[in-house]
Amino acid sequence: MTAGLWQNWVLPGIWITVQLLLYSAVLAGFVAFAVGMARTHRSRFVRFLAGFYTEIFRGTSALILMFWLFFVLPPLLGWQLVPMWAAVLALGLSYGAYGAEIVRGALNSVAPAQREAGVALSFSPWQRMRLILLPQAVPEMIPPFCNLLVELLKGTALVSLLGVGDVSFAAYLVRLATQESAQIYTISLVIYFVLAFAITRSMKALEKKTKSNIGVTVLGGGAK
Amino acid sequence: MNWDWSAVADFMPRFWDGVLITLQILVLGSLISFTLGLLWAIGFRAPTRFVRWPVNLITEFIRTTPLLVQLFFLYFVLPEWGVQFSALTTGTIAIGLHYSTYTAQVYRAGIDAVPAGQWEAATALSLPAHRTWFAVILPQAVRRITPALGNYVIAMLKDTPLLAAIGVLEMLQESRLESASTFQYTEPLTVIGVAFILIAYPASLLVRALERRLVR
Repeated sequence: MTAGLWQNWVLPGIWITVQLLLYSAVLAGFVAFAVGMARTHRSRFVRFLAGFYTEIFRGTSALILMFWLFFVLPPLLGWQLVPMWAAVLALGLSYGAYGAEIVRGALNSVAPAQREAGVALSFSPWQRMRLILLPQAVPEMIPPFCNLLVELLKGTALVSLLGVGDVSFAAYLVRLATQESAQIYTISLVIYFVLAFAITRSMKALEKKTKSNIGVTVLGGGAK
Repeated sequence: MNWDWSAVADFMPRFWDGVLITLQILVLGSLISFTLGLLWAIGFRAPTRFVRWPVNLITEFIRTTPLLVQLFFLYFVLPEWGVQFSALTTGTIAIGLHYSTYTAQVYRAGIDAVPAGQWEAATALSLPAHRTWFAVILPQAVRRITPALGNYVIAMLKDTPLLAAIGVLEMLQESRLESASTFQYTEPLTVIGVAFILIAYPASLLVRALERRLVR
């Protein structure tokens, strides 16, 4: 592979993949917390809406959602999404639905006595969430969120099918130019592997930090 | 918005063709991932690290890299190595291989949950390795991992549209062909999106019911 291809396609491709990962992770995180907390809400209606959202977005395929946002939504709304944002929206909304289940599970795993203590101190529901439940639930969420982030990273490859110039798209172009499929696809797989490794490493550090904040030490293992 | 029911009706023959191919990929892909995953899981427990270490690295590599890129890898590189498969076969192998690394983790957890006494008992009876695995350990492990395997079959279903990228005539590819000939994008794409929800949601309820029955 020549230096030109590397500089013009592969390096920018890595940067676009990282950007996609960051934007859709932020959106997915926001959706996950909003929907996950809504699933533990007192009102049955709020719980139903949040549950409905999760089942719809977990039920369909991320790729079909992406195509739908890109091809079906524009005539419906009268404006076209830039492929990059259609992709971020599709990835964020669907992986956010998976994240909501993680948030809900972690909130439910906080000992009921903690919630009751908050009630006894006449904390408002929001104070209970912010001061008692979330600080204990967040460290529990980190290992599953780490897996989800790796899944999200893999999901970003789908955007190449909309023509966004990420790592996978770069690989496709380089293959067309050089006909060296084995080489370029091996390189791009290794790039994804390294990115995933960076994610698991930093999430492990984050887990350790959030746990030590509430006085729990992580022995050995941790995020996997 | 202008929803056209006749476009839906026109899409139906292609839609059913796509459903059949999707189900075929799903069944064969599951079989590959269940068998290969078991082999990986036995490899995790191999007595020598010269087997354990490569097995861990290979499965970790396949599990953390995108299925789409692996799909292209197999589709473009296998012919260079002189192996010619149809797109459907290549896609099914890719999806089965990819998900085998997930089922391997499931098997691993199931095997780890079998009490150590069972291994010791097999040693005490001096059972050969294959009898230890297939008569003692696996029958006890499989019961509790069935629901988890079911969840991955659902996940695999939702990844089958990726095979459209190499031209496999599954549901997404059929909808793209329909849109290309009629210029109507809304109806075919919405139909297959809804179809996925209609298959995946009852399936996940079924897996949850299995979980309540089998895992105590």
